[in-house]
Parts: sequence; C-alpha cells; structure tokens
Amino acid sequence: MAVLAFVDTQEGKISKSSYEVVSYAAKVADKEGGEAVAITYGDVDNGDLEALGKYGAKKVLVNKSVTNMLPTKLAKLTAAAAEQEGADIIVFAQDFTGKSVAPILSAKLKAGLVSGAVDYPDTSDGFVVKKNVFSGKAFAMYKVNTEKKVISILPNSVGKEEVGGTAQVEEFSADLGDSRITVTNVEKANTDGGIPLTEADLVVSAGRGLKGPENWGMIEEFAKNLGAATACSRPVSDVGWRPHHEHVGQTGIAIRPNLYIAVGISGAIQHLAGVNGSKVIVVINTDPEAPFFKAADYGIVGDAFEVVPKLNKAIEAFQAEN
Amino acid sequence: MKILVGISKAPDTTTKIKFTNDNKEFDESGVQYIVNPYDEWYALVRGIEVKEAQGGSVTTITVGKEDVDPIIRKALAVGADDAVRIDSEPKDAYHVASQIANYAKENDYDMVLLGKETINYNGSQVGGMVAEIMDLPYISNASKMDLDGNKATIVRDIQGGKETLEVETPFVLSAAKGMAEQRIPNMRGIMAARSKKLEVVEPVDAEELTEVVSYALPPEKGDVKLVDPENVEELVELLHKEAKVI
Repeated sequence: MAVLAFVDTQEGKISKSSYEVVSYAAKVADKEGGEAVAITYGDVDNGDLEALGKYGAKKVLVNKSVTNMLPTKLAKLTAAAAEQEGADIIVFAQDFTGKSVAPILSAKLKAGLVSGAVDYPDTSDGFVVKKNVFSGKAFAMYKVNTEKKVISILPNSVGKEEVGGTAQVEEFSADLGDSRITVTNVEKANTDGGIPLTEADLVVSAGRGLKGPENWGMIEEFAKNLGAATACSRPVSDVGWRPHHEHVGQTGIAIRPNLYIAVGISGAIQHLAGVNGSKVIVVINTDPEAPFFKAADYGIVGDAFEVVPKLNKAIEAFQAEN
Repeated sequence: MKILVGISKAPDTTTKIKFTNDNKEFDESGVQYIVNPYDEWYALVRGIEVKEAQGGSVTTITVGKEDVDPIIRKALAVGADDAVRIDSEPKDAYHVASQIANYAKENDYDMVLLGKETINYNGSQVGGMVAEIMDLPYISNASKMDLDGNKATIVRDIQGGKETLEVETPFVLSAAKGMAEQRIPNMRGIMAARSKKLEVVEPVDAEELTEVVSYALPPEKGDVKLVDPENVEELVELLHKEAKVI
C-alpha cells in the first residue's frame, strides 16, 4: 500500500506546505506499512522533485503538461495516481489548492475527508484524525469510515522532518478530460516584493490603534527588517486603510505563523479565530485590559508609536549581532 | 438566472465554545445561532444582486431539522425568494452535499452558490462535493463574479495570488470575502420573510463518510509575560532564546 502526497506547485516551485504534506505521508506510510509517493504537476525542476526524498517520498509522479490549478483536473490527476499506486490514503495541505481539490477527490472516490487535520491518524480504534473546528477555538476527532481516506493538514501544524534520501521521478499522465473553465489571467499577490501572508513564518499586524493609514510606515519598516509579512485587523481593511488581502480573522484569512506580533489590535474573538494557530503571539497595546493579552505569550503595555520604533532598533541591533 | 444558495446554521461568532456529554456533543446552552457568515454575506447577497440586476430567482437550501427554520427566515429576510429545507440532521459534509446535489439536479439551477466554509466545521468540503456529484465545474474561494448572459467571469483566490476565469452556467461556486457586502434586513424584509414559501423536502439516502467521535478544547494559554516598554531589548531576547522564533 502507498500513501499519496499531493505536492502543489506555483510557477514551477514547490509550495512550502508541500514538504509538510510529504513528511506527513511518509510517517503515515511507515506506520501503516507502505511507501510515500508524491503526485505533482507543473514545470518543476527534476532536482527539486528528487529532493522530496529528503522528507520521505520514495517516488514522485509528475505531470508537466498541467500548469494551472483547475481543481477538477487536479482531482482527476490525483485519482489516477492513487489508482496506479494502490494508495488508500491521500494527503493534501489545507490551503487554497487543497480546499478546492480534496473535496472533489473525496466525492469522486467516496473517500472520507478530514480537512484541517492537526495531528497524525490514531488507529487504536478505527481511523481517527484530530482537526481544527470552531475557527480554531476547539478540536474534533473525526473518524473516517471508508476504506479510502483523504486528509488535508493545516500548514505549520505537524511540521516536517528530514529523513534523508532521494526520490525516483517518473513522468505521469492521465486522461484529465476537457475543462469547462478557461483561465484568462493569473495575478500574483501584490506583496510589494514582501512575503505572502499565508507563507510567512513571521507576521507583524496592526489595527485601529494606529489611528490612520499614514502611520503604517513604521509597521512596514519593522516587518521588513524582521523579514515578516504585514497583516491587519478587520476594521482597518473595512475602512480601506489596508488592502483586504491583509485582513486576518474569522472572515478574512486564517494564518498559523511561528510569530504573530499584534500592534494596536484589541483582540476581538473574531480576530483571534484567524490567528490562534500562531506558535507565539506578542501583543503591543496601550490598554492593559485589551482582551488580546489573555491570548498572548508576550506583551508590552505601551504606546505603539513609541514601542514599535524602539523594537525596530532592537531588532536591527540583534540582527547585526547574529 | 435561477440561483440556489446553500445556507447553514452556525453559532454566533462571539460564542464561547463548550462541550457536553463527555465531550461528545457541542453544548448548545445559551448559544445564539446565525446564518453562517460566508453563506449569508457573500453567497446569498451576491445571488440577490444578480437577481436584482437581471431577473430570476434565489432559492435557499438548508439540510436540517425544524430548529434551523429561524435561520432560514433570516436568509429570506435578507432577500431570498423562497427556501427549501431537506428534513434531516446534517450528518457529514458528503451527506449534506448529496442532499443539495440531488435537489439541485432535479430542479435545474443556473448556479449553486455556497460560502467558502462554515465557521463551526471549517471544512470547505460541501461545495467541491456538490460540484463533483453533479458533474459541474467548481470555482472555489471566489471573490468576484460578473455575468454576461450565461457566461460568468470570476476571480478566485489561489495559492499565492488570484486567478481570473471564464465559465458558462451551470456551475458551483464557493464565495469568499469581496464577493458582496453584508446586507442588514429591514423591517419590510423581516415581515415579508414570514410569508415566503419554506418547502420541507424528504432527504434521499446518502452515505456518511466520516463522523465526529469527540471534541476537545485547546490547552489554556499560560499567563502573558509582560515586558517593560522601556526595555524592548528583553522582548527580542525572549523571542530568540526562550520562544526560539527569531
């Protein structure tokens, strides 16, 4: 039996969370007695594909003629690969690609889907996978009752482990049918050369406490020095101080960085839902009663306009030394 | 355009999540239910806007027992024309998707719109499953939809950016922020909703692929460690040596 890892690519580059997907598949394969095989697409360098072996993939199937992310085609490609390899477990990342492809594949194979998994399957009583529910406020144990199973893992939740090795790369083709969708344009997220928010390990976020859009210069400078992406709270994107794609929270995007620094954000429960998967949370706020402090690991009660420039200097000094 | 919009019940976004019966069930005591925000703000409102611009109808569909009727009335107050309730507990995503797909197939809609996920299960599953069961194109996480006759130009979120695509009706779409703006129902809408048609339909047999066996709350966060604003170097030190994130 094989465990199939869906490896996503953009413009020929393997996405960051795909390494976690491969590592997860390899661990499940070890436990279930099988091999991890990856399926991917796009114009990817074979050396990059062989390097997936480092995270436990024994074999990588690649279809270089599929270049866009149309979910129906990717689901067909993955189903064909699963059939060829006899894979009963298929692993995705719960990102935009996984969210679009995994449900189609699940319905196609009638394979139970656990989306947003945060741990490895527990097979002591059936096949049970822990997943995020209530927008990060709780977990649920999902039992999958079908022979075939699809798991999509939350990025930055289980991590990845290097085991060493080189994967064997094979061209793979399948009948993907005609698409009824025509892609007319693909626009890369405008991050002004910065780091895309969903890929970022470090995030600096700011809210109404900054008083106006003209005051974001210090946030951007601090984020740049730190190597962080910038984000914001909902009120700030609603009034147009910051672009919508920066809005994190229950109705914006949910992120799980290693470090989330919130400046002038009170920490409404809807905002926390978008960031409570962060490993470490730092809150900077003038109000010591701000609810965000209860969810924070570290806090500074102080005026953002004084604290952020100082912190920026301290980071510069730290980087000069390290 | 004949439009079907999936509407799901969700606990209010400020709900404190608790469980009961040995962590096997969600504790509903004191919980206020709302229409799942992604279903209401984005899918439903965009459907209503399309109808207002070019005629047609907006029907909502919900899988649930009688307790979801107030939620359905809310969607009708926002501006849907009529509603269908499939009379079954929503069991898992595939079960729900099968019910919606079956009804949609029999009634010939130009588009099926849903929110990108519910705020309680965060699955993002039902839309893709409905599309696959109906053999229709699926457009996920759409933030914009313009129509020209039966051709739709849609912008959707993809990994690392946005994709613009063209597709002809019929299709299934999951809606995200940007698609429309929330509409607060007015008194006339609320009054009118009371007399709009809410049809109760028997469920079809459908499999459940998964089940929830138990719930758990995340471990309590320890107390926040406060750093003196006059000594921010200490924070940098803590992030480096203690938290090891920089």
